Amino acid sequence: MNNSIIRISIWVYLAIFFIYLLGPLVIMSITAFNSPSFPRATPWECLTFEWFSALFQDERILNGIKNSILVGIGTIILSVSMGLAGALMLTQIWPKLRATYYTIIIAPILIPGVVLGISTLVFWDRINRMLGLGADSFLSNGLFLTIIGQSTFIASYCMLVLVARLQRYDLALTEAALDLGATHAQAFRKILLPFMRPALASAAVLAFLASFENYNTTTFTFGEYPTLTIELAQKVRYGITPAISALAFMIVVLTVFAALFNEANIKRKEVIAKARKEGATVGDVTSGVKLPGFFTGNAAAITLVVFAVATIAVIGTATVYSPKQCIANVQEQKRLETQKRIQELRDQRKRDAEAAGQAGGATGAAKPSNNSGFGGVFAPGTLQGGDQGTAPADDAGSSNNSGFGGVFAPNNINGADN
Amino acid sequence: MSAGVGVDLENLWIRFGDFVAVRDANVHIKGGDFFSFLGPSGCGKTTILRAVSGFLEPSEGNVLIGGNNMKGIGPNKRPTALIFQNLALFPLMKVWENISFSMEIAGASAKERRKRADELLDMIALSDQGDKLPSELSGGQRQRVAIARALCAEPDVLLLDEPLSALDLKLRQHMRTELREIQKRVGITFIYITHDQGEALTMSDDIAVMRAGVIDQIGDGKTIYNDPATAFAASFVGENNVFRGKVLEVNGNEALIRTNRSGDLRSRISTANLGKLAVGDDAMMFIRPEALDLAPTGTKGENFVTAQVTHEEFEGNTFNIFMEGDGGKEIKVAIPNHGQSFDDHTGQAMTLEYEVDNAVAVPAGELAAE
Repeated sequence: MNNSIIRISIWVYLAIFFIYLLGPLVIMSITAFNSPSFPRATPWECLTFEWFSALFQDERILNGIKNSILVGIGTIILSVSMGLAGALMLTQIWPKLRATYYTIIIAPILIPGVVLGISTLVFWDRINRMLGLGADSFLSNGLFLTIIGQSTFIASYCMLVLVARLQRYDLALTEAALDLGATHAQAFRKILLPFMRPALASAAVLAFLASFENYNTTTFTFGEYPTLTIELAQKVRYGITPAISALAFMIVVLTVFAALFNEANIKRKEVIAKARKEGATVGDVTSGVKLPGFFTGNAAAITLVVFAVATIAVIGTATVYSPKQCIANVQEQKRLETQKRIQELRDQRKRDAEAAGQAGGATGAAKPSNNSGFGGVFAPGTLQGGDQGTAPADDAGSSNNSGFGGVFAPNNINGADN
Repeated sequence: MSAGVGVDLENLWIRFGDFVAVRDANVHIKGGDFFSFLGPSGCGKTTILRAVSGFLEPSEGNVLIGGNNMKGIGPNKRPTALIFQNLALFPLMKVWENISFSMEIAGASAKERRKRADELLDMIALSDQGDKLPSELSGGQRQRVAIARALCAEPDVLLLDEPLSALDLKLRQHMRTELREIQKRVGITFIYITHDQGEALTMSDDIAVMRAGVIDQIGDGKTIYNDPATAFAASFVGENNVFRGKVLEVNGNEALIRTNRSGDLRSRISTANLGKLAVGDDAMMFIRPEALDLAPTGTKGENFVTAQVTHEEFEGNTFNIFMEGDGGKEIKVAIPNHGQSFDDHTGQAMTLEYEVDNAVAVPAGELAAE
């Protein structure tokens, strides 16, 4: 009995853990397909793909993605090579100096990104001036500065990844290569680099992801090359749209794809290795249902294919499906609702005025009911027939029953400006 | 094949900071020989090997290969190939790629490399294993691949750093024979490092016995075993019983030694110490367990030893009797098993006899740790 309680609590804990971990991603993904112009999952109005097309028509986002990829590639090249050099140095340095060296090389990870960003900017500006170059020189180029600035600490991450692999390297292998006539360069290229390849790949992925999501450092160095994170941050300042959810959804899908693909590949290699050991060909391993070799005992591969089929189905639907009718219906419904509410409000005011006339001065006693979480403080209509300037906003405001009372909806801003 | 290239070490000193790893080594290795450095771990034998292969520059002195001074020549330019203790096969390369690595470096085409690798695989009896990874082979197979890889570079001198130490006993004994055969077939100089005197004795033309950076004795297996130059060589190579004492008189190549426990015993003086061992010197006398024989109890003489039996054991091919010896050491006697009946003598006094020629006296010195 005690045992089952423990088991249940473990499951509950797991559920909570995964909800905490994945919940926001799921909600965000749903909002990408909902038609309201403020990203939200409920109430569900209409299935729409317009946010994806909105995303691909947004020049700034596309430009940000392009810059992010450029910076990412530059950072991979610079960080991985610096990380490898640092890792090699760490394994070969005089043992007494090793701890000190390690601390120094790890320090950039501990320094706040903001500091790194500012100091990169200042440092290269100095150098630029010392060399007597103008403001448009290569050294003050945003792409260059961002890559250099990000690499200052991403190289340390790469080094940690590479050191772990390098510690398992047997120096005798290099010596054996030298002994067999190889030069140091040949030994490095033919023996050490192939050995390091898996770690180099991990370091490259890590470097790209760290570069892609970096904001703190980049915000000082981007110059004329705003990366995606910079663009997003600037966009959010003016109100968030589901187009950003659409982008997030795509990133999530790509990540899941990559992860599944990688997993499937690893599984496939295991299956082949196992088959080799048992002296059988891959095809022989399956019994009963004849699956292609790739799928044998490979849950990841099967998930991957299901996932791919689902994606193709969604894209296919998107090209055919048109949410126009649904949106029109919803708008019609909203319009009716709004009219009804305006009517109600008018009635209410009338009643209030009558009550005020009767009760004399007991004004605030009976506030009009409002279904917003903030008790209608944002609904301009409730301001006791306030000034006429806000009246046009009434329409949009009252149709929005979200917790933020529509502050993020761009229409509201327009309305307020009137 | 190569006619055999000699290796000379001239006044070789190797220091690491204050620590002297090799002290004034002078060795002449004849071309085409199987030469072993034998010594306990930490005696500097691997250091010598690294100096010959070029991974280490000597602090003083020279390494000559085929008469050419190797000073300043890197390991990749020397006509040597080293077989590492852990073999150091390239884990990501297939067996044939491993073997032909030196040709890849030299720029040979894949076809040539494959052809040469297959020849070598035939030689080491692994003909159809070329496409496996080293991790898919057994210990003995890996061993042979390492040898093939070294031979593929066509070295003049093959250096082996305790290559058999990771193998189990049966395989080790098998590989001894195999190594010796390969060496005879290719006819190049082998320099072999080991702490196993059995390996050194069975395979080598010549052996150098090393102790703490110093070469104690160089000679062929029989000389080292029968005519040790120092107390260390006598006690490290094979089993030996030690009797400590002072030289009482010297007659030609024989000496009479007053031992601490066993009375006056007569012994041959080892060749290297003829004329050096004088009356009154501290000396050590060594008799091998198999050179001792049982004698009627109580017999007295200059080649009889009487002592208490502490314990006995049956080893299969021999009965071993252990008796109270000198300085905490036991006297071991090995009696060959001919199927005779054997009584328990524990606690009794027994008398042993030996032939004077089978006992050897050297100046007192450090013994090998057991």
